[in-house]
Amino acid sequence: MGTLTIGCFASLVGSKSLDFSLKLAKAALDKGHKVNIWLSSNATIMAKANQKHLKDYSHSEKYVRELLERGVEICECEACALARGIQKAETVEGVEWSAMHWYLAKIYNSDRVVHIGGE
Amino acid sequence: MSVIEVGFIIQRPPYKSETSTLGVTHAISYQVVDMLLEEGQGVTPKVCFIGEGVLNCISGQKAMENYGVTSIESHIKNALLVDLDLYVCKEDLERFGISEDRLIDAEDMGADKKLQVVPFSEIQKILNNSKHLLVF
Repeated sequence: MGTLTIGCFASLVGSKSLDFSLKLAKAALDKGHKVNIWLSSNATIMAKANQKHLKDYSHSEKYVRELLERGVEICECEACALARGIQKAETVEGVEWSAMHWYLAKIYNSDRVVHIGGE
Repeated sequence: MSVIEVGFIIQRPPYKSETSTLGVTHAISYQVVDMLLEEGQGVTPKVCFIGEGVLNCISGQKAMENYGVTSIESHIKNALLVDLDLYVCKEDLERFGISEDRLIDAEDMGADKKLQVVPFSEIQKILNNSKHLLVF
């Protein structure tokens, strides 16, 4: 089985790109692949804890927790998160914090990379 | 154990979003990626500016004065300083009427590298040789 790294840069609310990322990660896991997720730019909101699930808005916390439990490595861009006022203590437990070289290192060891850009 | 090439395609214009900045800064991070890899492993970014992305390469940007943020010009200069290969699509420069003498140069910082203006066919070859592509 292979390794898939997903780079997420889109916002959680306002587009369905992160919803797609989460579903893609789950589908890859179900097929037995290893998955890494890099959260940068507006996607850093994806791993924030205490999201309120309002039915009109996308939410990710529940899915992030499920992916972490299944062994997915998820990492926030520290600078992107801090610039948006997101502190490490506010993110879901188990989410890593690092810098951009984390993404490049995962890319190195990946069979496939899906880079989902933001606006 | 080997070094892989990763193609960075920057096609967004500057300052409309942070996308193009992130493309350059992610590429620059190759400098420390070996901290997370085994000995002999590495990543060589090949940064290609195409379409509206070539607008990022114009010198004289005033981002700090106007927005209070580091300019993409500074990031590109840093990229040249750390010996990244940065390619600019010749046809797209011509489409926008941008002459090569208006492009960023990091000679004042002591960089050996320069922005390389190449035809799109050359950029296609570069991307074909990349193991992975990241589109910004």
